[in-house]
Amino acid sequence: MIDTKRRVVLKGSLAVGAIGAAAAGFGLLTPGMAFADWSKAAFTAKTVDAGLKDLLGTSSHEASDKVKVTAPEIAENGAVVPVTVQADMDGVESISIIAPNNPTPVIASFDMGPGGIGFASTRIKMAKTGKVIAVAKVGDKLYSGSKEVKVTIGGCGG
Amino acid sequence: MANTIRIRAKVTDGITEVKALITHPMDNGLAKDKKTGKLIPAHFIKEVVCKWKDKPVMTAYWSGAVSRNPYIAFKFKGASKGDKVELSWSDNKGESDSKTATIG
Repeated sequence: MIDTKRRVVLKGSLAVGAIGAAAAGFGLLTPGMAFADWSKAAFTAKTVDAGLKDLLGTSSHEASDKVKVTAPEIAENGAVVPVTVQADMDGVESISIIAPNNPTPVIASFDMGPGGIGFASTRIKMAKTGKVIAVAKVGDKLYSGSKEVKVTIGGCGG
Repeated sequence: MANTIRIRAKVTDGITEVKALITHPMDNGLAKDKKTGKLIPAHFIKEVVCKWKDKPVMTAYWSGAVSRNPYIAFKFKGASKGDKVELSWSDNKGESDSKTATIG
């Protein structure tokens, strides 16, 4: 008797779980329609060019002094490197942050909405000394800026 | 995963700056557990969305190379004081959280 009740309860919770999962699935899909989805290819690409191509459709970018990257000269701890990107141009659609010397160089990408401004700030992990590249997408063009950061202790593993 | 987000939004001259701190391990799947020597499985936030009036003003896509307990800041135009912005994240394990803040 007790056992049957337990079965019923279990079945009930399973059904609820399935509905919940389905609802979550829809919830994730709907916002994805308006914007590009999380690109597995881009975030697991081993080179900057492959990553950029998967993320933004092209790997050719033009260096511009309007894209400014602010990061420390020397990062004592590669696990926490503060990076701020300022792109002083109109109509910035996205800003991507890339560390070419990381095992997977593409770190983050920020898509701006219609009222977006070319500004993004976050903290990243760096495996070793190297450049931090920021790529701003304006229309079909990519503009980039970079900054050399010296890493004393790598932050990508142990 | 309750209360993982701290968010602040401020408008100056028509430009709203949103700053947020999220509590999350951001494991990239490459680091080893120092005690067991085994790889710590990947567990990181993939997407952060900030909405104003139900429209996304910023969508961030991340890899596991964003630091633990991530910080994010960005700006957008159009909002005014007293408006609400909602920030939400979701990770590779399907966990998520969201929080609404009033623009000051």
